[in-house]
Amino acid sequence: MRLALDLFTIVAVTLGAIFFLAGTVGLLRFPDTLTRLHALTKADNLGLGLVVLGLLPQATAPLGWIGLIAVWLLALLSGATVGQLLAEAVRPPEWDQTRTPDAPPVGHPNAPEASSHD
Amino acid sequence: MTSALVVDAALVLLVLGLALWITAARAAYGAAVGFVAYGLLLTLVWVRLAAVDVAMTEAALGSGLTGLLLLGAAARLAPYEADEHRRRPGTVLRVLVGVLCAAIAAGLAAVVLLLPDPAPSQALAVAAHLPATGLGNPVTGVLMAYRAVDTLLESVVLVPALIGVWSLSTEMGWGGRPGFLTPCRSGSALPLLARVLPPFGILVGIHLVWAGADDPGGKFQGAAVLAAMWILVMVAGLREPPPVSDRLMRFLLVVGPLCFIGIGAAGIRLAGAFLAYPEAYAKPLILAIEAGLTISVTAVLGLLLAGPPVPEPQYQRQSRRRS
Amino acid sequence: MTTFLLGAAAFILGTVTLGLVRILRGPGNADRMLAAQLLGTGGVAALLLLGVATGVGAVSEVGLLLALLAAFGSVAFVTGGGRSSDASAADTRGAARSEPE
Repeated sequence: MRLALDLFTIVAVTLGAIFFLAGTVGLLRFPDTLTRLHALTKADNLGLGLVVLGLLPQATAPLGWIGLIAVWLLALLSGATVGQLLAEAVRPPEWDQTRTPDAPPVGHPNAPEASSHD
Repeated sequence: MTSALVVDAALVLLVLGLALWITAARAAYGAAVGFVAYGLLLTLVWVRLAAVDVAMTEAALGSGLTGLLLLGAAARLAPYEADEHRRRPGTVLRVLVGVLCAAIAAGLAAVVLLLPDPAPSQALAVAAHLPATGLGNPVTGVLMAYRAVDTLLESVVLVPALIGVWSLSTEMGWGGRPGFLTPCRSGSALPLLARVLPPFGILVGIHLVWAGADDPGGKFQGAAVLAAMWILVMVAGLREPPPVSDRLMRFLLVVGPLCFIGIGAAGIRLAGAFLAYPEAYAKPLILAIEAGLTISVTAVLGLLLAGPPVPEPQYQRQSRRRS
Repeated sequence: MTTFLLGAAAFILGTVTLGLVRILRGPGNADRMLAAQLLGTGGVAALLLLGVATGVGAVSEVGLLLALLAAFGSVAFVTGGGRSSDASAADTRGAARSEPE
């Protein structure tokens, strides 16, 4: 049982670390601010989420579990808000006229990605 | 052991490199953003140095309030920045400043290198007498019992700092609401965060104050978190900052220092010295001071960031800009 | 297990600090903010791993504090005039443009 839990921790934490690596590579290699934002939110949500999931079997008391999950929920909330705020901040002013609530602006394939993936 | 050394060396290099970039960066706004990342790195450094109390202060102040203060200031200074760059000081002055800075750095390095080994320390004496205070966290014990005068002055100095900020207000603005935090003009994300986050933040802040007696944490860390939550609510435009003429708010600003001075003065009669606690009541008295100081420090930090008061018409114009 | 958790913490920290190259390169201040944000999340993950590995609960609490205040940098960024000062500098010309390396 202990071995299975340890294996679970190793797999989940490794996956989480890979998401952090992917997020960093995306931040460095993606071509513009909105796609970089997209890479960042993956590391925020999935990377930290998998690390927290992997740590759960290692945490001692139920209080430790609550703390870990609270950290992840706070990170989710912050990540969602940060995605919205930064996307709003870097959106060029001309999109304000062209954008309607449902249709993404013409010629900007990244726009729906950046504003909805948070 | 060696792998820990590699991590520490990498952290040191990163901190130094980022500090150099921040100092050399031309645009103040970019440098302020770099400073936010620098604060995060410093938090990790303090954790590696096993100074968790300081790491908590750095996390609460560095990532919360300092960023807001510096970015706000940099944005206000941006229009004058180009002018400032054109009036660069001459070569002689720059060399002189460089030599002075190098001399200060060399002096600091000499002081650290010339310290006797082992360094003079009162740590063992403090650890031996800590049970008398009823506290489990030696940092809180030192701050509230052995260095209580320092802590008292540190908490009192916040009030003149706020008066200094308020004195920047114009004649017309006096008595109005602080106008530095212009509510954000973004859509729905920020008000949502400002509604959901504060309950958690208030819980964590009070927890830090309460746990500070026995575990890392304390009034300054807790108050910084509480102030950050208050500022978030003000920035999102959910609540206006109180006018500086508000009597209740002015009372809250000084209640902590008054409580500290009052208990300290009572110590002259009850325990024989200013700021001495009668041993049987040491812990409850320290907790009372911490509670009072938490309220005052929260109010002062929040109002420091809210800035000097502005006339009412100007405040309303800024508020309307949010939409 | 402790060694693995500490190694994972060092790996994540090393990875996200590589992202700090974005602070040097920009091009916009928003990109710099993204790097700071990633460093914050990576720092939280590293602190949680460190806290569980060493059994020091207070280290995890620093992580909780960082997660709680994680959004503040970006809140400061947008309220501090991020949009007005950055809209021209930010790189939003679409995926078609390739990064000069």
